[in-house]
Amino acid sequence: MSAVTSDLPETRSSSAEKVRGSLARRHAAERRFKAIGMLAVILGLSFVAILFATVLRKGVPAFWQTTVTLPVHFDPAVVKVPPMPAPQAGQSPAAYQEELTAWRTMLAGANWGRLIENALLAELPPEAASRRRDVQRLVTSSERFRLRDMVERDPGIIGQTVTVTLLADANVDIWMKGNVDRSLSDAQLALNPEQRRYVDTLNEKGLMQQSFATALFLNVDSRASPASAGLAGAFVGSLFMMLIVIVLSVPIGVAAAIYLEEFAPKNRLTDLIEININNLAAVPSIVFGLLGAAVFINWIGLPLSAPLVGGLVLTLMTLPTIIITTRATLRAIPPSIRSAAVGLGASRVQTVAHHVLPLALPGILTGTIIGVAQALGETAPLLLIGMSAFVASVPATPLDQSTALPVQIYLWQGNELRNFFEGRTSAAIIVLLSLMIALNALAIFLRRRFERRW
Amino acid sequence: MSIWWLVIVVLAAMGFAYQSGAAKSRKLAAAGGAKLHSLPTHYGALVALWCGIPALVILLLFLAFEGDLIRAMVASGLPDQVRALPSNQLAGILNRVESLASGYGVAGSVELFEAEAAAQMSQLRTVGNLALIAVVAAAFVLGLAHALRRLTPRLRARNEVERVVVIALIACSAVAIVTTVGIVLSMLGEAVRFFQFVHPFDFFFGTVWNPRFSTVGAGASGGYGLLPLLWGTVLITIIAMAVAVPIGLMTAIYLSEYASPRLRSLAKPALEILAGIPTIVYGFFALTVVGPFLASIGAAIGIEIRATSALTAGLVMGIMIIPFVSSLSDDIITQVPRAMRDGSFGLGATHSETIRRVVLPAALPGIVGAFLLAVSRAVGETMIVVMAAGNAPVLQANPLQAISTVTVTIVNQLTGDIDFTSPQSLVAFALGLTLFTITLGLNIVALYIVRRYREQYE
Repeated sequence: MSAVTSDLPETRSSSAEKVRGSLARRHAAERRFKAIGMLAVILGLSFVAILFATVLRKGVPAFWQTTVTLPVHFDPAVVKVPPMPAPQAGQSPAAYQEELTAWRTMLAGANWGRLIENALLAELPPEAASRRRDVQRLVTSSERFRLRDMVERDPGIIGQTVTVTLLADANVDIWMKGNVDRSLSDAQLALNPEQRRYVDTLNEKGLMQQSFATALFLNVDSRASPASAGLAGAFVGSLFMMLIVIVLSVPIGVAAAIYLEEFAPKNRLTDLIEININNLAAVPSIVFGLLGAAVFINWIGLPLSAPLVGGLVLTLMTLPTIIITTRATLRAIPPSIRSAAVGLGASRVQTVAHHVLPLALPGILTGTIIGVAQALGETAPLLLIGMSAFVASVPATPLDQSTALPVQIYLWQGNELRNFFEGRTSAAIIVLLSLMIALNALAIFLRRRFERRW
Repeated sequence: MSIWWLVIVVLAAMGFAYQSGAAKSRKLAAAGGAKLHSLPTHYGALVALWCGIPALVILLLFLAFEGDLIRAMVASGLPDQVRALPSNQLAGILNRVESLASGYGVAGSVELFEAEAAAQMSQLRTVGNLALIAVVAAAFVLGLAHALRRLTPRLRARNEVERVVVIALIACSAVAIVTTVGIVLSMLGEAVRFFQFVHPFDFFFGTVWNPRFSTVGAGASGGYGLLPLLWGTVLITIIAMAVAVPIGLMTAIYLSEYASPRLRSLAKPALEILAGIPTIVYGFFALTVVGPFLASIGAAIGIEIRATSALTAGLVMGIMIIPFVSSLSDDIITQVPRAMRDGSFGLGATHSETIRRVVLPAALPGIVGAFLLAVSRAVGETMIVVMAAGNAPVLQANPLQAISTVTVTIVNQLTGDIDFTSPQSLVAFALGLTLFTITLGLNIVALYIVRRYREQYE
């Protein structure tokens, strides 16, 4: 007995000894573990920072673009166009229209490039006159049509000299911004030595400036004239698709969520629907693209590259998101509200329509906006329904050929004129991300503004 | 366009029917003194439904079948030697007839029988449209008469209207099933057509991917091997998970167990930003930053690392998946009951020992489920791989070299013109079916595990 009592404090002190001895090691392990955790958070956050910094660093300069401001003389000797026909007495409208069309055709045939060349040559040393081709390529090729449009709008400017701000060629832009290694050999540079000298001359005369790239927003994509390539077509295409997504997925998604949450009996069919929705939410987006290609294009025969098909595919993709968020919102509404309505004699449909749904509206709105923002950035399924085609027009209806913002980014990043399009692509990414951030901010604002805690 | 006018007219008439139903029910209540079973709005809605639904159904059926029906009728009236032509030529002639009938005209000279058929077609169209208007109007009036005749104070209008509403709700939820069935059927259908060109065995177990040089028939067997693509997908997924799992899991642990509420409320949304960025942006990031960076590291230490490689794509995909892993793990870790932690602390364990020995083992099933969901995301990811993996469908184990995946190949085979008769295009559907099956399996297992885990602690 006594042996036991004398034994006990000894054991205790020895295990306490053991614990104390291991404490330093264990606390070090604790600190290590915490530091690793901190490191992981810092790593994750730094990825966010690097990503945004890269895109901004590459993209922000591309919102400004090199332009040349020149007095352009609309030389009647070059633009040999008769005065714009005026309707004559006794002439039928159809005949006048025909005459006008003929005049426009003649206008389009004039050598507008020559006007730009002449304007540039006036500012350059005289020996440049023998290198007209090089001089012509300093200004992007689509600017000829700007001059034509100016004359069409006001034929009176023929014979006058007008100061015009022209977009410089993409290679000039790269050179001016220093996006190219200037020490490369002549063969590796896009601009030949003369052109580089001309650019420097124009720059020294103060004729070149960096102007805000309105072309990026107002123009459609262009292959011949990269400096004037813009996002207008892709923007409208995306807009059409988002409208279709909203119009279709919100009513269907909300109705499905209401049924599943408020009406559905617990049976096999409901289980099946639920499993389906959960799985559809996790199906890779490219599979929806395959569905679109097989069903909407091959089977129903809708046109390739149409925003309508893109909108339908994105609708199917967005539906699970909307259904899941709406259900979560509905679930958060306390049952007492339903009980009160039913207690006053409302039917279940009335309860939902008059009480549950209005209370759920902010949540539904938030879910919809997040779903739409997701759909806006989706690329892969659109490639499979032909939206990666080059389209140089703004779609007028959802059945016209079109691209979308993310697809335009994909197309631009693949362009061979790397030095120029890396900036353009980043600028397009900034536009896309700004739209998405704006949508998400709106969702957060709505949630904060209307959120009710029960 | 006139059809849409008709739809608008029907909708407007439904408004009228609603008003007349509501008005009649009010009059009944006032005259008879009997109590109405439902509100006047319910009676109005019931009348509108009785009128509108049959009319709209007829309209839809007409829209769906009018074109084919008229074509078939016109085709049967064509001269015998024309009808004997092969079906694609006949279809061409019918297209010409259609554009003649629409007044648009055709290029070139018009044959006599074409002009006659066009006249017949436009006549049929006129008759059809008139008949449609008559039938729709009749259906509307009959519906109105029937509904108004049924309308008595004891009619349970609310119940009937609500039954229609619930049926509409069920139809909307069935869209999910229809979509799944559509995915499975469309891909199965096209894949079966592909397997008529290439034996399934050669597809699933082939080790060579080279579809360009294979021709229909004997030569088609060698080039459609799935294995190199599947291996690429697996390799990139492994790299992505190797990046995302440690960082994501440790982030979740730190934010849920150690971080102050302030840091948590800042870091969590900041990381969620990563989840909201479109994958095309990650692809661009991989192509312009990560790839060149890795290549320069390789050059510095004397190893050849390609700028577009499995490593580049996997690394960036891992970054993309971090928030996915961390937010799912976070949910699961916070669900571990407080009592288990307290027990561990009470026995003298440090915080990290509690996490490693108690919390993580308890949360393990849920975390595994979360990882499986992340794997399914990585397997189906497309744009990053299309842009940064280098597209080299060869069976090799070096992650520093270019590689190709299932998703990349689907995009490559289906971009541009789609020809639904060549194995080169159809193979995309066989690949899609494989992808769908893999991700479906992963998702089902993952959702099952996560749900079981939730039930355990709820």
